Amino acid sequence: MATTANFTAERENYLNANYGVRSWLLTTDHKRIALLYLASITFFFFVGGFFALMIRLELLTPAGDLVMADTYNKLFTMHGQIMVFFFLIPSIPATLGNFLVPMMIGAKDLAFPRINLISWYLYIIGGTLMMHCVLTGGVDTGWTFYTPFSTAFSNTKVIEAGLAIFINGFSSILTGLNFVVTVHRMRAPGMTWTRLPLFIWSTYATSVIFLLGTPVIAITLLLVVFERAFHLGIFDPNRGGDPLLFQHLFWFYSHPAVYIMILPAMGVISEIIPCFSRKRVFGYNFIAMSSIAIAVFGFLVWAHHMFVAGISLYSALVFSALSYLVAVPSAVKVFNWTATMYKGSVTFSTPMLYAFGFIGLFTIGGLTGLFLAALGLDVHVHDTYFVIAHFHYIMVGGAVMGFLGGMHFWWPKISGKLYPEAWGRLAAAIVFIGFNLTFFPQFVLGYMGMPRRYWQYPPEFQVLNVLSTAGSTILAVGYLLPMVYFTWSLRYGKPAGNNPWGAAGLEWQTQSPPTTFNFDEIPIVTQEAYDYENIPAPEEVPLER
Amino acid sequence: MFDNFPLWPAQSSSYAGNVDLLYIFLVLLSLFTCAAIFATIFVFATKYRRVHGREAEHIEGSTILEVAWSIIPLGIFLVIFVWGAVIYFQERTPPQGATEVYVVGKQWMWKLQHEEGVREINELHIPVGHDIKLIMTSQDVIHSFYIPAFRIKQDVLPGRYTTAWFRATKAGTYHLFCSQYCGTQHSGMIGQIVVMEPADYQAWLNEGSAFGSLASNGAALFAQLGCPTCHQSESQGRGPTLTGVYGKPVLLEDGRTVIADENYIRESILSPSAKVVSGFKPIMPVFQGLVNEEELNELVAYVKSLNQPPAGAVGSTLMASPGTQSQEPKD
Repeated sequence: MATTANFTAERENYLNANYGVRSWLLTTDHKRIALLYLASITFFFFVGGFFALMIRLELLTPAGDLVMADTYNKLFTMHGQIMVFFFLIPSIPATLGNFLVPMMIGAKDLAFPRINLISWYLYIIGGTLMMHCVLTGGVDTGWTFYTPFSTAFSNTKVIEAGLAIFINGFSSILTGLNFVVTVHRMRAPGMTWTRLPLFIWSTYATSVIFLLGTPVIAITLLLVVFERAFHLGIFDPNRGGDPLLFQHLFWFYSHPAVYIMILPAMGVISEIIPCFSRKRVFGYNFIAMSSIAIAVFGFLVWAHHMFVAGISLYSALVFSALSYLVAVPSAVKVFNWTATMYKGSVTFSTPMLYAFGFIGLFTIGGLTGLFLAALGLDVHVHDTYFVIAHFHYIMVGGAVMGFLGGMHFWWPKISGKLYPEAWGRLAAAIVFIGFNLTFFPQFVLGYMGMPRRYWQYPPEFQVLNVLSTAGSTILAVGYLLPMVYFTWSLRYGKPAGNNPWGAAGLEWQTQSPPTTFNFDEIPIVTQEAYDYENIPAPEEVPLER
Repeated sequence: MFDNFPLWPAQSSSYAGNVDLLYIFLVLLSLFTCAAIFATIFVFATKYRRVHGREAEHIEGSTILEVAWSIIPLGIFLVIFVWGAVIYFQERTPPQGATEVYVVGKQWMWKLQHEEGVREINELHIPVGHDIKLIMTSQDVIHSFYIPAFRIKQDVLPGRYTTAWFRATKAGTYHLFCSQYCGTQHSGMIGQIVVMEPADYQAWLNEGSAFGSLASNGAALFAQLGCPTCHQSESQGRGPTLTGVYGKPVLLEDGRTVIADENYIRESILSPSAKVVSGFKPIMPVFQGLVNEEELNELVAYVKSLNQPPAGAVGSTLMASPGTQSQEPKD
């Protein structure tokens, strides 16, 4: 194999344009920065995943016996902080978004290539600080940093973790800024707003949340740091402060942050389903506008995390009603994806399996959201494992399935190589089964009343916890497999060709891997997105191992 | 109904059935929706799977369908919203005349004070069929008082009172959990609710009431702290009279009117200058740090007891014996 690869001289592309550590660390090529991000978020995913496995192993028995109580509290805190801030939030936007936004709109790069590189360095500085915090004692406040526990009672490294996330926030802000300007200013001739791929629409909506929401969490965490360091009294009731104020500020960002995680995944699914149905997406305008609606309404529902926190009866009513409104655009998307397959020509390649998985898990996650928005019911299930199951169906079932689906869809473009299709389908199935076994029992546990963040628990909860732990080991295998065969394919994979899926979209018209400036000449767009009528379907990718 | 089904919590409060009904409705709705969507996907994916010689048809979309599948879910959502809100109002509106229990959360235990003066730690005995109102505060971080069998949960905050109520419908012993993460032993901050038949409860109460009632202890403390110097019931004092003030609107010096609820009484003791009653000067000393949470509860219970008609009321005078003050060890 190796000799054949050497024999055929490779065409010049962004990967072989130049070599050496410097050429990567000082690159301003959006595709190389995407790969820098990919490596970094993968690292944090496995760190956060390791913590998750430790949590699940501790919960195998009702007694707290594997780790100490303080260690357990640090495990779930750092699992949450690392997964949310250092994996999920940057996952699709900073990797696939970075790689695809310029290519999808026919641009040579993002509007501000050097700011793009700065954003990665900010991420690395924040991430390094976070890892330093983890390795030198960690933090035990829960990822939510609730006051006054975080400001006056915790004896752990709250300030360091807060600053790490504070710095990392600027990486998100800069990425969002870059995408907004790029989409407004750098579209190729003929690429009107209604011809934009839906991935661009959802990335654009995400970027708006980055810009409007992230400063609020930055200020909030800074207030926590200041209060802890200088005893300001903002959240201290003994000095006239209000601990609930923190929760309002925190969720004002952290609820929209859920949409930061799920919107890009929805964008990925909106690309995959038309491609493997050989059809234009059903209801393009409605899917595009529902992304914007989610971004806007998403800012108005934060207090649904606070129905038992001590807010007034009437504000609870308003936030419950608004939460039901934000559910509508999500439902609209699911219906449109389903309708896209109607009278299509459907194939079951790996990315499509992830899309099916996404719809299934996201639907369950969304429906259980209806339970939580119902005031009288939320009183019972709030802060129990029901909530844990619900948001993992959205964040892991939704966002991570979307991320993996996207990685499998665009891997041939990113690497120029095909991964082994049979292994891809197998991994997708393992992830789906492992995920449901891990998280479905937690719905039942939650309704039975098991509170979250419990290091030890009454024995009647054990059977369901054992099922959940068993599922998490299967899930871990499902996540490791793609790592292995993607790496394998870099060397041994078959050349992908420019457009192995016969997909629409400008990114597929250029070579794989693309050249540094993406296009030899700037394309002129004359067609709507998803113009599958005029693209011949390729031969199906054979099930080779 | 569900007592023998191991995957379901006991259903032991007056509104637990309402919560379960909404839950069952939502489970059925979710099953139906999932079945409909997954079946549709399955049918489309198999019926329209790729076969040679058949091309996908070109379909743009359908505005009628889009409107339909926006409006119909919205209608269903609004029904769930109203249903959930009605139950929430039940859960958060304590009935008149409920027996009051004061709750203090601290890392990592629950301290409970009955009106009759009995104190408990991590255990609450209550009679079946009686309305119980919890008046709760925390002396450190935020906790949350959660009884799964009653379907009730309320965060317990430092610096203010929050309330919850329930009426137990079945005798038995149920879990009490802290459900808001509060530090190292969060999962150890658990206890039990012992629901007893009224006769058993009375026997238990008689056995345990070594101390005076909450209000009489409050009265003693009230006298000990020198409060009667200004708050004389004859109303000629430098402070407003407290007789009958609980639950009534109070006109403040800055023109606002507030209801004199537990939180108002609490704040007026701890930081009196925050809300000064109209016609009075802000001369009252600050009691923040001078009384602990349990003593504060006694004072509040005493001020509230001044509302009741003098005859037969517990601790309604200043003459309660000073010897009845609590001897519970400080923690």
